Amino acid sequence: MADGTLEKHLRERRDAGRKLLVPYITAGYPKDNWTRLVEGMAGAGADAIEIGIPFSDPVMDGPTIQESSTRALADGITPGLAFDGVSRLDIDVPLVAMTYYNICFRMGHERFAQSLKKAGFAAAILPDLPLEEAGEWAEVADVEGIETVMLAAPTASDERLPLVVERARGFVYGVGLVGITGERNELAASALKMASRLKAITDKPVLIGVGVSTPEQAAQLAEVADGVIVGSAVIRQILDTGSIDAAIDFVGSLRRGLDGD
Amino acid sequence: MGEPDDSGRFGRFGGRFVPETLVPACQELEQGFREAWSDDSFRREFEDLLQNYAGRPSPMTECSNLSNELGVRILLKREDLNHTGSHKINNVLGQTLLAKRMGKNRIVAETGAGQHGVATATAAAYFGQECVVYMGEVDVRRQALNVYRMELLGAEVRTAMSGSRTLKDAVNEAMRDWVASVESSYYCLGSVMGPHPYPWMVREFHRVLGEEALAQSKTMLNGDVPDVVVACVGGGSNAIGIFSGFVDTRSELVGVEPAGGAAVGRAVPGVVHGSLSYLMQDEFGQVNEAQSVSAGLDYPGVGPEHSHLADIGRARYEAVTDRQVLDAFSLLSRSEGIIPALEPSHALAWVVRCKAELQGKTVLINLSGRGDKDVAQVQAIQAGDPLALETVDFSTELEGS
Repeated sequence: MADGTLEKHLRERRDAGRKLLVPYITAGYPKDNWTRLVEGMAGAGADAIEIGIPFSDPVMDGPTIQESSTRALADGITPGLAFDGVSRLDIDVPLVAMTYYNICFRMGHERFAQSLKKAGFAAAILPDLPLEEAGEWAEVADVEGIETVMLAAPTASDERLPLVVERARGFVYGVGLVGITGERNELAASALKMASRLKAITDKPVLIGVGVSTPEQAAQLAEVADGVIVGSAVIRQILDTGSIDAAIDFVGSLRRGLDGD
Repeated sequence: MGEPDDSGRFGRFGGRFVPETLVPACQELEQGFREAWSDDSFRREFEDLLQNYAGRPSPMTECSNLSNELGVRILLKREDLNHTGSHKINNVLGQTLLAKRMGKNRIVAETGAGQHGVATATAAAYFGQECVVYMGEVDVRRQALNVYRMELLGAEVRTAMSGSRTLKDAVNEAMRDWVASVESSYYCLGSVMGPHPYPWMVREFHRVLGEEALAQSKTMLNGDVPDVVVACVGGGSNAIGIFSGFVDTRSELVGVEPAGGAAVGRAVPGVVHGSLSYLMQDEFGQVNEAQSVSAGLDYPGVGPEHSHLADIGRARYEAVTDRQVLDAFSLLSRSEGIIPALEPSHALAWVVRCKAELQGKTVLINLSGRGDKDVAQVQAIQAGDPLALETVDFSTELEGS
C-alpha cells in the first residue's frame, strides 16, 4: 500500500511552518542536463519536484510547456529514458511524475505504477484523468505505493470539491485559474479563492499551480495555500537563456519569496 | 443504436477523459442535451432548421452509368447537396441551437478540411453567435478557400501551429481554448468523438440522415434495404449517421478509413481528446500523425462507437490508398456528373476495389460532401505541384489493391 511518503513529507514541512515549493521540469529538456536541473532545484529549496513525461498531445499545457515537451520528444525522450534518468538522481526530496493518461494506459496501470516506483517517484499526476475515470488507476497506484495527486478546479461545485479532495493522495493540486498552464502577469483572484475553498475542507497539503509565475505571486498565494507549483515560469528561464542555471536561480528566488526573505 | 452507459461508454469505449476544469461543463452539456432532446419544441425547431435552412431531406441518387461500369448497383445518399456542402450542417445546427438554449454566445470549433468550420461559422452567423475556429496550419494552406469562407461568414480562424498542424492539433487548440473559456463558451465538436456526451449527441444530430436513407432505400428497393452501406471514416460522424438507419437491418456496414489514418484497422486502443477508442500511436503511447490526401480524414483517432461496432462485429472497417481515392474522385465526376469530396471518395474507392466481391449487389454510399473545396488541390496534384504532392502518399499499396 501507499506509504504516503509525499504527503508525510509535505505535512511535516508545512506543520513546521514552511511554505511548500514544487517546481516543474520536463524530462528530457534540456536533453543533456535535465537531471542536473532536478538536482539543482532540490538544492535551491524545492520541497518536491514535479517531472513531466512528455506526451504528444498535452491539452492542459500552454505554449511554454508544450515547447519543452516538443523539444524533448524531438530529442528522443521516452517514458523509459525518463524513468532511467530519474532513477540515477541523487536527491532527498520526493518526486512527482506528471503525464497524460495515454502514456499510463499504453504501458498498463500496474507496469506504469511499478515503473514509477522503481524509478524513485513517490506520486503521479494525470491531468486528463478526472475523478470519474481515475478509480481503476488510483486503486492500482495505491497498491503499488504511488500517491495519485488529484486536480481540483475552480469550476467544481461545493458538492464536487470534497469528492476530489477525498481521492487525492500526496497533496491536493488546486488549479489556480480557469485555463491551461502558462505564465501570467498577475495572480488570478481565482487562485486565492481556490486555496481558501480547499483549505476550508481539508487538512491535506493544498498546493496551487497553473498561472503562478513570480516570487511575489507565490508569496501572496502562500498566505492562504500551503504552497505553490511553478512550471511554465521555470521552463521559460531555460527557453530564454538556454541554460539551466537561470532556472535554478529562479527556484531559489521563489524559495526566498515564500520564506519572506 | 442506443445510449451509451452512465460513464459514456459504448461497450468498452468512450468515457470522459478531460481535465478536471472541464468535467462540470461536460456534465452540464449532457444534462442540457438530454433536456433539449426530449423537448418537443427543441426538436421542432431543429427539424425546421434542417428542412428550411439546410435543405433536408437530401435526395438519394441511383448511379446508372457507374452501376453498369462496375456491375454493382450504386445508390448515393446526397449529403453533398446540403447547405454548406456536407453532412456537417446537421450536427452544427443541433449544437448551435443547443448553445443558444444554454445561454452560451461564443462558439469554439476545430476543423480539418474546413467543412465543419464553415458549417459552424454558418450556423453561428445565423444565430448571431461569436465564432472562433481552430485549423491546423497545413490545412489552412491546402484549404485556403474554406478559410476565406469562414472569415466571410464572420468567424475568426486561428491557425494551430503545434504538432502535425492538422486536425488533431486543431482539436488540441480548441480544447485548450475551451479549458480557458468554459464558463462563456460552447465547444462545437465536429465529429462523434471527444468526451461524453459528444459521441452520442453528435450521432443523434446526424441520425436524420440515416433515417431518411432507410426510408428512401425502401422506396427505391421495393421495401428492401441495400446489401451494403458504406461510408468514409475519419472521426466517423457521417458513417455513424448513415449506420444509425441500418444497424437494425440486414445491411452490411462498412467504414472506409484512409490507409494513412486507419485507427480501427490497427486496432490498438488509446485515450486522446477525451475518449477511449482505437488510436494510431507508437509503442509508448505517443499519438501518431495521420496521413491522408483528404484533410477531413487526416485524424489518428476514431469515434468510440465505431470501435465498439468493430469490436462486436456489426461493422467492418477497410482502408484505401490516396491513389485509389483520387481515381474514385475522377470516376464519379466523369460517370455521373457529381464531383465528390475527397472524403466520400474513400467510400467509392473501396467499392471500386471490391467490385468483384460486390457483383450484383446493391451498395449505398454516403456521399458526405461535395468536391468543390478539393478541386484546386486535385488539380495541383495532377499537375505535379510539389507543395500539393506533399499532401498525398502514392507509395502505399494495399494487399489485393
